[in-house]
Amino acid sequence: MSMVRLSELAIGQQGIIGDMDAEGQFRQRLQSLGFRIGKEVRLIRQALFGGPLQVRVGSVNVMLRRCDAASIQIWAER
Amino acid sequence: MKRIALLGMPNTGKSTFFNRLTGASARIGNWPGITVDLLSARILLGADMVEVVDLPGFYDLHGFSEDEQVVRQFLQNNPIDLLCLIINATQIDQQLPLALQLRRLGLPTVAILNMADEAEQMGIRFDAAVLTAGLDSPVCFVSAKYGHGFSEARETLRQVLERNPPTNAAIQHTEFAADEALLAEAEKLVARSVSMPRVLEHGLTERIDRIVLHPILGIPLFFLALFFLFQAVYTLGGPLQDGMTWLLTTVHDQVLAHLQPILPGWLYGLLVEGVYDGLGTVASFVPIIVLFFLGMALIEDSGYLSRIAFLMDALMAKLGLDGRGFVMLMMGFGCNVPALLGTRVMRSRSLRLLTMLIIPFSLCSARLQVFVFLTTALFSSTQAPVVLFALYVVSFLTAFGTALLFKNRLPSREPLLIELPPYRLPTFKQVILRGWHEVHHFLSRASRFIIMGVVAIWLLTHLPPGVAVGGPQSLAGIFGSWLEPLLRPIGIDQQMAVVLLFGFVAKEIVLGAMAVIYGLEGDALSHLMAQRMDWVQAFSFMLFILIYTPCLSTVATLRSESKSLVFTGVSIVWSLGLAWVISFAFYQSARLLGY
Repeated sequence: MSMVRLSELAIGQQGIIGDMDAEGQFRQRLQSLGFRIGKEVRLIRQALFGGPLQVRVGSVNVMLRRCDAASIQIWAER
Repeated sequence: MKRIALLGMPNTGKSTFFNRLTGASARIGNWPGITVDLLSARILLGADMVEVVDLPGFYDLHGFSEDEQVVRQFLQNNPIDLLCLIINATQIDQQLPLALQLRRLGLPTVAILNMADEAEQMGIRFDAAVLTAGLDSPVCFVSAKYGHGFSEARETLRQVLERNPPTNAAIQHTEFAADEALLAEAEKLVARSVSMPRVLEHGLTERIDRIVLHPILGIPLFFLALFFLFQAVYTLGGPLQDGMTWLLTTVHDQVLAHLQPILPGWLYGLLVEGVYDGLGTVASFVPIIVLFFLGMALIEDSGYLSRIAFLMDALMAKLGLDGRGFVMLMMGFGCNVPALLGTRVMRSRSLRLLTMLIIPFSLCSARLQVFVFLTTALFSSTQAPVVLFALYVVSFLTAFGTALLFKNRLPSREPLLIELPPYRLPTFKQVILRGWHEVHHFLSRASRFIIMGVVAIWLLTHLPPGVAVGGPQSLAGIFGSWLEPLLRPIGIDQQMAVVLLFGFVAKEIVLGAMAVIYGLEGDALSHLMAQRMDWVQAFSFMLFILIYTPCLSTVATLRSESKSLVFTGVSIVWSLGLAWVISFAFYQSARLLGY
């Protein structure tokens, strides 16, 4: 297990949220959608042309941009 | 082994504290009574191993958010030897109520005031003795970020643990039982009194997403879906529209014609040739508008809109916008006003203004009826859909071009986070209600503007008394001749210039205005338009209608939502100027090419 950014996960890969470097309202939005340290996330897919990621936390599916996903650290298998 | 539960509100640095206290030895574990996983770690405190569990951040021990329920259920089902409460020292006034709530549980507690360094910089001073007495627990000051005060905190935790005998059972707090009962009651009440749209099962949503969000097929599929929506609207709407026209003509010929000998000439003219013909021409488009809104409601309630945001975000990001901006443009297909209000979800002002600047270019249903009327009148039945499609393309291009031009003036960097909800099957009743709501809005707005508009136009074309109707001496003719130098280069004559003038108020008036100016309605009006304009003029006219300011309601909304006269002014001037330039470029180059 090692820490990687959420944006660095491979499609279909899962891991556990280790740290969230997000601030302010973005952090609160993340938390209200179920992003918490210790929760399991899975990268479902990525849109074309460097578009957003679809990530599943628990039973919730969200989309977020790669640059925003980079602020979330994940424990994952290398 | 004794167990410490780490609690605190969100944004108190609780997780940072946990990481620093436990090193990197954390592991995920299942706990009795709760469904989510929690992080825990074993640490050496003094001579004993102790387990530390990181509970989710929460605001209220008796609250009903998911996190609050998790905390409650954890405390009820797991023996705890020590509560370690993390308090954000810079917001202590808001956080003490939670500390007092926890005190009532009667468990040994240590209060950790985190961010003590920041609080000090802000000039906040604490009387530790008074706090300790008030909270009935020792108080420690730390900075989890920099590691200050950790040895004291560890020592305090150790001492409190040592003082108390190990707990073997979870607490039995009667107030928790009351909370659970309340929750169960609420659930029952919802089940009895609320009907929710059926959510498709998880696996099915996943399978649909695999197709709909396919990296290559996703976007083509979206446009295909849009194409079928329009196709369905016209296929179903065409016969309904014919029926409506027949009904209106029959009433005109069989009923209203008998009024002609009875009423004074001017009153008959105003009521029948003004109000009735004007309203009737617009009314014949109501079936298409109704179907269109039903289709939009179906898409909106299904959960597909957020998928469109997902597909389009990469493109929109290049325009300085985000995927939601594209969804707003689509909402604008119905009516620009709700789309403008929809931008309230954007927190960055620049992003919001840029999105509000492009929404008025979205081809709304009011403009759609003008285009359907003119394309049917001037183009063959095979050409008409292509022309209409071209206008939608122009609508997108002007919106995107505007964003490109203005994005550097309105830069933004707002994180984008949207839930992709499970697909829902909207109930029949829900769709009908939504559709009816939209139609009602359209009709009440349209009837108000149209009646005022057609009466005003009737007066303009008939005053001063005795002039040829709509002729050069009438008020309309005079206004038209003022505008003529400006509009002749784009192929628009005096009478159509007056129509454009009223179109500024609302596009719903445009058709009614043409009916009144030419004193005709329905098919007769179509035939006349085909004689008076060639296709180049008609397309130039439609381009102008598409691009210039949609209506006064939109202007008022731009003003009230942006709270800026300058922004509203820029939006109006830009769209008017762009409309003229594009119509001019099209008209003159088409003429140059010999059309």
